[in-house]
Amino acid sequence: MTTLTTQTSAPSSTVAPARLYGLVAEFENPAQIVAAAEKIRDKGYRYWDCHTPFPVHGLDKAMGIQRTILPVLVFVAGATGCTTGLVLQLFTNSFNFTIWALVWVTGYPFLISGKPALSIPAFVPVMFELTILFSALSCVGLMFLMNGLPKLHNPLFTCDRFRRASDDRFFISIEARDPRFYRSKTEADLKSCGAAAVEAVVED
Amino acid sequence: MSTIQAHDIDNTGDVPGKRTALVLGHTDFHQVTNTICRPNETRKPPMAWYIMFGISMLLVMNLGFVVHYLIFTGVGVWGLNNPVMWAFDITNFVFWVGIGHAGTLISAILFLFRQKWRTGINRFAEAMTIFAVICAGLFPGIHVGRVWLAYWLFPIPNQMAMWPQFRSPLLWDVFAVSTYFTVSLLFWYVGLVPDLATMRDRAKGKVQQMAYGLFSLGWRGSNRHWHRYERAYLLLAALSTPLVLSVHSVVSFDFATSQLPGWHTTIFPPYFVAGAIFSGFAMVVTLAVPARELFGLKNLITLRHLDNMNKVILVTGCMVGYAYGMEFFIAWYSGALYEKFAFMNRAFGQYSWAYWIMVSCNVITPQLFWFKKVRTSIPLMFILSLFVNVGMWFERFVIIVTSLANDFLPSSWDRFVPTWVDIGTMLGAFGLFGVLFLLFCRFLPMIAIAEVKGVMPQADPHWEGWHQSHGAGSNPAAAHSANGDPS
Repeated sequence: MTTLTTQTSAPSSTVAPARLYGLVAEFENPAQIVAAAEKIRDKGYRYWDCHTPFPVHGLDKAMGIQRTILPVLVFVAGATGCTTGLVLQLFTNSFNFTIWALVWVTGYPFLISGKPALSIPAFVPVMFELTILFSALSCVGLMFLMNGLPKLHNPLFTCDRFRRASDDRFFISIEARDPRFYRSKTEADLKSCGAAAVEAVVED
Repeated sequence: MSTIQAHDIDNTGDVPGKRTALVLGHTDFHQVTNTICRPNETRKPPMAWYIMFGISMLLVMNLGFVVHYLIFTGVGVWGLNNPVMWAFDITNFVFWVGIGHAGTLISAILFLFRQKWRTGINRFAEAMTIFAVICAGLFPGIHVGRVWLAYWLFPIPNQMAMWPQFRSPLLWDVFAVSTYFTVSLLFWYVGLVPDLATMRDRAKGKVQQMAYGLFSLGWRGSNRHWHRYERAYLLLAALSTPLVLSVHSVVSFDFATSQLPGWHTTIFPPYFVAGAIFSGFAMVVTLAVPARELFGLKNLITLRHLDNMNKVILVTGCMVGYAYGMEFFIAWYSGALYEKFAFMNRAFGQYSWAYWIMVSCNVITPQLFWFKKVRTSIPLMFILSLFVNVGMWFERFVIIVTSLANDFLPSSWDRFVPTWVDIGTMLGAFGLFGVLFLLFCRFLPMIAIAEVKGVMPQADPHWEGWHQSHGAGSNPAAAHSANGDPS
């Protein structure tokens, strides 16, 4: 079970020697990955990550991840949406300016049932909806963008063992570009954290 | 493993100081993955799936026919007449938008309230929301008559230099429903991405690998990703909560801002929202009961989940009942002649049969859910949920048609009778919903895999099972066997 031998998961028929992407260590439960992440963090690695089938409570702290600024950006997007809604309605229904918005357009101050041109209360629902729409779109869009997704390929996917990262196993990956990465030393570090297996992953 | 009998365990009671298990019969994460993915990975779905799909497909073909007939002939093929210019179309629209509300309530509001039982049902409730909003969007779309001019609904610069009228609640509706659809779709998809990655990693066939791989966007469970993901999910929940309350409020403005007796009431927004959640939860129960039987999900959608949903139905049913009563009280208390007439006419006029169907299905029968025996009985809750669906459809019909058919001036009164096109379109929408939902059951994980794993006790790094073998150093094999897992 606890095989601590390093194998390279590259196909044996590779012509040129493949470049090392990094090491992947497998852990069997959330308690182990949290304990291991604390150790790896304290060893000063930078280009490393944990891979888990679900968000593990306390792992952010164990890894020392900084809080994301996503909420601030979403707030800005929401404010933009709100302003867009107000300006759109004021422009189209309250005034008769002519502006260039891809084509020349002119506002048309509707007079409906004696309501004033600047009937802000009637504009609230659309302002609200656009606030939500802009916020939600930017929330999801920025989240994926900041995560570097979509990116369909990753060298980790060449590792068969890694498939269980979306099922029931927990992994730590340390990339070879990390300044503190030395294959033998890093492997020993991972093993000392209690990894069930450590595997090398090559670029392809 | 005693997984077969596990769903017979009664987890509907509460023991003070102890958390009740939400996942039964699964001792590790891998079993959860297997249970949820099995319906998508079997070569053939159950026979009942084919039968339901066949019926739904026939209804969709019928929908295609009646919609084309309507567009090529004109809205006159519906049973509309001069006072009753809105009837089945808007009834169906409000009905379907309402159905959608339960999905967002489960995914957003219960998430903010940390109701962990939501994880078992949120995925397909959200799917239901999206499909229901698609069905809802169909009706105003075809009701505009000249469908090729539907783009007039949006502020698009056009050759007439005309703009939509932003002071009209009908236009607010356009923005509310389209925002609601977009945000629901985003919410659903964000939840799906990690599960699609699970499907991708398990997929055997090339086509499945490509499809699940493409839509999972290269998700690799990175904790740096999970961190932003969880933030984004929380933000989406916080954004959807006011959104879902606003959507049906805006729908109710379509009526409440008009001058018509029976429509012109301030109670409409909360009353519509309560009714929407009521009907939506009934639809979730209607779908969950057969789905958990057919696809072997009884250990994940447990009796406790159904019991909780029935409690929500009971509460919102009482709110709806209160609103019915309060409408009558205000009509009497206002002293307004037309208002009083509108309500007497609802209960005893030409559509009184529809009114009493509504009252019996929405107010009287859900009271049976006070009894725990009824809340935990599968056949009874299924029948009662069907009653609620029928009752809520009639509620919208009663509100819309009775107020229009008998308004201020008796000489303009008329009677609305649906034509075969009206009925065909209504049934067709159910078919469309059925087809979409059945395809979803076949090809996408019906339960949020990652979220369900997250509410298992094993997901907690401090769970006692993970710490029993501490004396022997950090030997994972020892810890593992202490957990009682034969590996």
